[in-house]
Amino acid sequence: MKDDERDLYFVEGIAVPQTPLPGEEPAAWGKTTVIGQRQPRVDAYERVSGTAVYPSDVVLPNMLYGALLRCPHAHARVKKVDISAAERMEGVHAILTGASLAGKVKWPYSEEVVTDLFDAQCRFEGEAVAAVAATTPYVARDALRAIAVEYEVLPFVADERESLAPGAAQIHAGGNRFKAETYERGDVNKGFAEADVVLEEKYRTACEIQSPMELHGCVANWEGDSLTIWESTQGVYAVQAKTADILGLPLSKVRVIGHYMGGGFGAKLQPGKYTICAALLARKIGRPVKIFLSREEAMLAAGNRPPANMTIKAGVKKDGTLTALQFSGLGSGGAYPAGGTSLLDWLVRDLYVCPNVQSELTDVAINAGPARPFRAPGHPQCAWALEQMMDALAEAIGMDPVDLRLKNVPLVSQGREGSPPYTTTGLSACITEGAEAFGWREARRRTAAARKEKNHLKRGVGMGSCVWFVGGGRPPSTVIVKLFADGSVNLNMGASDIGTGTKTVMSMVLAEELGVRPETIQIEHADTGSTQYATPSGGSKTVPTESPAVRSAAIAVKQQLLKMAAGELGSPLENLRYTGEYIEATDSGKKVKITDLASLKKQGVVVGIGYRGPNPEGKVVNPFAAQFCEVEVNTRTGEVRILRFLGAHESGRVMDRLTFDNQVFGGITMGIGLGMTEKRILDANSTGKMVNRNLHDYKLPTALDVPEEMVSLPVDMPDSEANNTGAKGLGEPVTIPTAAAIANAIYDAVGVRVRQSPADPLTMNRLLAEQSPEERS
Amino acid sequence: MKKKEDDEKTGQCQCEHGYTRRGFLASVGVGAMAAIATTSKLSSAKEASPAELSAEKAVVVTLLVNDRTHRLLVEPRWSLLYVLREHLGLTGTKVGCERGECGACTVLIDDLPRNACLTLAVEAEGRRITTLEGLMQGEELGPVQQAFVEEDAMQCGYCTPGQIMSVEGLLRARPQPTPAEIRQAVSGNLCRCGTYPHIVKAAARAADLKAKR
Repeated sequence: MKDDERDLYFVEGIAVPQTPLPGEEPAAWGKTTVIGQRQPRVDAYERVSGTAVYPSDVVLPNMLYGALLRCPHAHARVKKVDISAAERMEGVHAILTGASLAGKVKWPYSEEVVTDLFDAQCRFEGEAVAAVAATTPYVARDALRAIAVEYEVLPFVADERESLAPGAAQIHAGGNRFKAETYERGDVNKGFAEADVVLEEKYRTACEIQSPMELHGCVANWEGDSLTIWESTQGVYAVQAKTADILGLPLSKVRVIGHYMGGGFGAKLQPGKYTICAALLARKIGRPVKIFLSREEAMLAAGNRPPANMTIKAGVKKDGTLTALQFSGLGSGGAYPAGGTSLLDWLVRDLYVCPNVQSELTDVAINAGPARPFRAPGHPQCAWALEQMMDALAEAIGMDPVDLRLKNVPLVSQGREGSPPYTTTGLSACITEGAEAFGWREARRRTAAARKEKNHLKRGVGMGSCVWFVGGGRPPSTVIVKLFADGSVNLNMGASDIGTGTKTVMSMVLAEELGVRPETIQIEHADTGSTQYATPSGGSKTVPTESPAVRSAAIAVKQQLLKMAAGELGSPLENLRYTGEYIEATDSGKKVKITDLASLKKQGVVVGIGYRGPNPEGKVVNPFAAQFCEVEVNTRTGEVRILRFLGAHESGRVMDRLTFDNQVFGGITMGIGLGMTEKRILDANSTGKMVNRNLHDYKLPTALDVPEEMVSLPVDMPDSEANNTGAKGLGEPVTIPTAAAIANAIYDAVGVRVRQSPADPLTMNRLLAEQSPEERS
Repeated sequence: MKKKEDDEKTGQCQCEHGYTRRGFLASVGVGAMAAIATTSKLSSAKEASPAELSAEKAVVVTLLVNDRTHRLLVEPRWSLLYVLREHLGLTGTKVGCERGECGACTVLIDDLPRNACLTLAVEAEGRRITTLEGLMQGEELGPVQQAFVEEDAMQCGYCTPGQIMSVEGLLRARPQPTPAEIRQAVSGNLCRCGTYPHIVKAAARAADLKAKR
């Protein structure tokens, strides 16, 4: 900081909104000066200098390293665990097994299914069997190898399509069917009868692994009867609650810290067995214990996006009116109830106007690691089916895919009871403005004309659109803002910044409201011991949940400053204007610098508390999007190259344009993974084991897999009804329509429908070979 | 840059005696064996002849990290990554897979980007090791780090140190790279948040910043 700025944390000359009277909801921001700008991350320095301490970076004095022994079979019963050799090894300090815990520590897989922490029944490859702590991770792994386990290997089922077949291995006593849900509105048979065209098709998306770059894990340390856990998590309070519950500790005795974390995507909303093991080992030895999983363990046991098998039947009139949608989905969240079909039919129910909708979802068990929420659960899968079907319908009635979608944009949430209206919907704007910016119509003409050319490189364009089920945020959230005597500001907030720029956006909210510079704001966050309660950062809810609370807290600070100034300037409150650096009296023309307020100097600090208020009653707050892409298919090699992508996103008010764009590109990149490269492969025939359990064989998109041209087109629609900052969530819609848009572009290029993800060269070669000669051009 | 096919044939990249990711993977087994067998590289000659060197038996190694010399007692099986993070406290180097597949642990060894997880600490003796922390000029960010801040070339930030080191290595060999060279250079660094477009922009910006300094 320059010398002349040392006493001045305020931005000069910017208009700062008026403080509302107490008890009044703050008015929506008009023109903003900080919000909506391109603000680099407030913690970027820490992240690029190596000074940011992630949980996996934590090294405590006297710390030991833990590791988990995992079942190598898809389905087995542990008969005997012999730790005698491992116990004698130099450097091994403690070993926990099912026998040593004597059934005293339970692990709740779901509300209904609770097992022992080390359960004799191992229902998936990678289930925890024992845990060790040793002087180094190398010795810990040596110890795991020295533990002799006798397994009774059991029959398995690794393909969800076989799970309900007669004679399939039974994973739970009650059978393999976890859940069957149905939904119905209108009459689909009547709808199909009214249609000019009815199409039916089957689609499948493969199972994906979240694969955050920082592995799952924690460091656990006891001070007397108080436990502190540094955990790589999306929600410190969620980790605290489950850990305290399992260990039978008061919440006040479990402190969870997660200032930085290296990605979660839904897989880090809860603690893992490793968290409990680290705490138990640390207590047993009286030394801190660090457990971080290996990549292989994370792939087997730390969550996934369930595979989805979908059948969709749709009816449409020649003018593009949808008359009926019928959907059935079969999925599996693995060996325990874990949302195997969670929200799988939501887009069918809600995205387009349709009076007659029926769906049925079946969630079954297989011998595989339990699913965890994965960025927009159910939605990208459903988009893969629905958005390809929309294109097929459009082709059948000779309508442009963009026009068919625009014809069916809803203003109410039909999927919900009573069809409540959305507060705002930018779906039409996303499709229209996106198509315009992409040059959709011109591109469609170009690709259609090029199709007749004799060339093995075929280009096509495709699109997809979406709504995201939530994304409006909700209570509870409490934050505290402190303004110190020198005018600098501290924010205390429990929410985690999982890489989405939460801290940066909150700094911008404070800067906007208080007129201070974002970089002078200090933030304490994500620590159950010292920050306020927050729900985990997931569901695209962090900005719409926390930012209104932060704004309210800033207003509470302003109100107190104005009260102080009223006394010192001798003017009534209603005649005072807060301008950031000063408070001015409009009647007398007198003004006082905020840092000169005598009461502030005496008091040392002004504290404002902000609470997240309720969402509007009877209305739905959802974000919307449309994405467009152009691909080039090599019909000789089956390779698909994505040439360009455009994401048009309506997430209420654009808070930070820089992190907004980054999120859009990131979501598209992840969607490219679903569409083009990623699939968990289980050896369903002979062992049930995962065969691509590493980042070489399980392909995440690299810098070479994303197009050079990526465009983010924000549809900036401040939603003043939703909350006092007008923001909606962005993190999930950005990845929903991507894979479907790619599949539609491939169809446009070569006339091949990719029904099963991913569209890798093997799949493409097979599909191209199956094409009849006249389809080939 | 020369032809890409040359790289794939030899596993060597055109820039001096560098490695592509694939070539590096193919050669690392040999490297690890060679290091264990080469006692001349180990400071403690008394530790014995190659035949007696066991994986668990600690040896003294002298590492030159960020221009500082560290004399350490390490087990020959310890990776450079483990020693940097858990013994030297240089946690800017991240751990993502310990198999040379994600690039989170990228450091420079004699100016070339290498996976610290596939490099044994004993193997790194006598080499010039640069980690993320070594790019700092006191409190000031180095040009690549500065460019990553300006272009928002990070989200969760966990792959970021590896990305920065790959870009640093590229710019040391090719001060004015093309966008295609940049994408190739960071293609061994996985970013699950998907910040690639910003990373490519940051690398180009870094080249400009470096040229100005």
